[in-house]
Amino acid sequence: MKKILHSIKLIEESCIGCTDCIKRCPTEAIRVRNGKAKINDEVCIDCGMCVRVCRSHAKKTVTDSLEMIKGFKFTVALPAPSLYAQFKKIRDVNLILTAVKKIGFDDVFEVSKAAEFVTAATRKIISEGNLKKPVISSACPAVIKLITMRFPSLIDNILPVISPMELAAIFVKKYLVKNKGLKYSDIGVFFISPCAAKRTNTINPLGIQKSAVDGVIGISDVYMAILDKATKIKQEDVEILTSSTSRGINWALIGGESSTLGVDNAISVDGMENVIEILENLENGQIHDVEFIEALACIGGCVGGPLTLENSFFAKNILKKTQRYTAMSEADRFRKFDFDIDESDYKFCKPIEEVNFLELDDDLSVALKKLQMMNDIYQKLPMIDCGSCGAPTCRALAEDVVRGSANIEDCIFMLRQQVKNLAKSMVELTSKMPQTIKGEEHNANSFEGE
Amino acid sequence: MNFSYQVTKEDFSSAGDASSNFKRTLKKIGIPSNIIRKIAIAMYEAEINMVIHADGGVIEAEVLPEQVVVRLIDKGPGIEDIDLAMKEGFSTATDEIRNLGFGAGMGLPNMKRNSDFLKVNSVVGEGTTVEIIVNLV
Repeated sequence: MKKILHSIKLIEESCIGCTDCIKRCPTEAIRVRNGKAKINDEVCIDCGMCVRVCRSHAKKTVTDSLEMIKGFKFTVALPAPSLYAQFKKIRDVNLILTAVKKIGFDDVFEVSKAAEFVTAATRKIISEGNLKKPVISSACPAVIKLITMRFPSLIDNILPVISPMELAAIFVKKYLVKNKGLKYSDIGVFFISPCAAKRTNTINPLGIQKSAVDGVIGISDVYMAILDKATKIKQEDVEILTSSTSRGINWALIGGESSTLGVDNAISVDGMENVIEILENLENGQIHDVEFIEALACIGGCVGGPLTLENSFFAKNILKKTQRYTAMSEADRFRKFDFDIDESDYKFCKPIEEVNFLELDDDLSVALKKLQMMNDIYQKLPMIDCGSCGAPTCRALAEDVVRGSANIEDCIFMLRQQVKNLAKSMVELTSKMPQTIKGEEHNANSFEGE
Repeated sequence: MNFSYQVTKEDFSSAGDASSNFKRTLKKIGIPSNIIRKIAIAMYEAEINMVIHADGGVIEAEVLPEQVVVRLIDKGPGIEDIDLAMKEGFSTATDEIRNLGFGAGMGLPNMKRNSDFLKVNSVVGEGTTVEIIVNLV
């Protein structure tokens, strides 16, 4: 299988080579080279920050196309609860799900229902008491990748439970094989996603061998099709497809996972910069007496994902209304499933590994020498982090120089200094006229007057 | 290789900067994460101690092939009874500082827990030097 490390791509012709993305990337994974923003594939954590901040819309996320469902005999859509927050006027989740089904799927199953099971599993695992506190939620793949790269000492704090998306896929396939007699390989399950990190996560899953999800389709790619179907469905044709309570839907919002879990002694942090600060504090031992940390890369939680359409803050308002509607719905508006999931389905089966792309060298003494070089170079730089060299900070440029991927002259101030030095030596040279040539005023060793 | 950081008295907003900086440096040179964490915790505690008790000071860190040595030197009031200060829960912090969530009396014990060697030299009225060593091998 092709090794895909992230799901962000650059639209070369749109990129103007500015500093928007390099300055905001939380892992400093982007450099401007030849006027284009190049991503260091191994350092990108898929947080989507560059997609959001790019003024030229030159960064796009890579997701699967709806066409992909044609490759399977029986297809099931797994919509993320953040999908419901994209429809201002629709309160009935059944209507949204009926519309999702109508765009080409044989059935739908809500990821928010699986989230309720993840919550139950989390509660059970935490109560067993063997986890390192505070337990960090494993729901956001960008945060988990950040931890493996920048905060590897916190890997042991990660909740060893798969994401609701993954559990939904496992459950659906198990259910269809058992109850409908379908062949496992004939079933295709597709996550309708607010972010592209989830796609990378299905290709290179963390904590499990292989993902049960067959494709990840962006909410923004199917929104119009769903809306179109939804506006045409008559009330009597709305199918009873929802099985999730409002508690599962809560997972789309920051704080939702912890409140559904019922843990008051938790930290809920959203937005990559805030997440980094909390993890930094945690690593320094500054955070005490906290049970659970829910950390999501996007502002507001998954409703703020790069593949959503509605503004994250308004989306929260919409989702709250949908949750209220769901909470007040009659029991006959819900579909019942007989769940058959055991611990081996939801628990991680392989350890999450540390990713080491930050170190300067494998050999400590060489790394120390390089660090010294880096500091020496940094002292010469203007330290204003202007970004003109294509690196986000002067420190990053110094590091690039030591790693051999940049030159100190990439710094326009250093270049200017060198040009100035050169000009000075040229002036000095012009004053050194050969003795045979008739003397000019500046001739240093003129014998004028003799 | 040597590193040096200045710590300012009662500047809580920048308390922790030195340990965060040094932590980043250690990651760059490939020190294992479990060891980095020990150093970060010990150094952060020491840094906070300097902010609370001393009139600021200087932190000198040194990376050697087999160990990391962190020395915290301050010209503060000094510690009267080092053995007592090493006890969990003992603190001379003012109410004002306790209200900020610091001064729980876990500083020195926590530093000891997260280091392989801890030495405290203190002269009342002159200052305190704390040396923390964490082994790399």
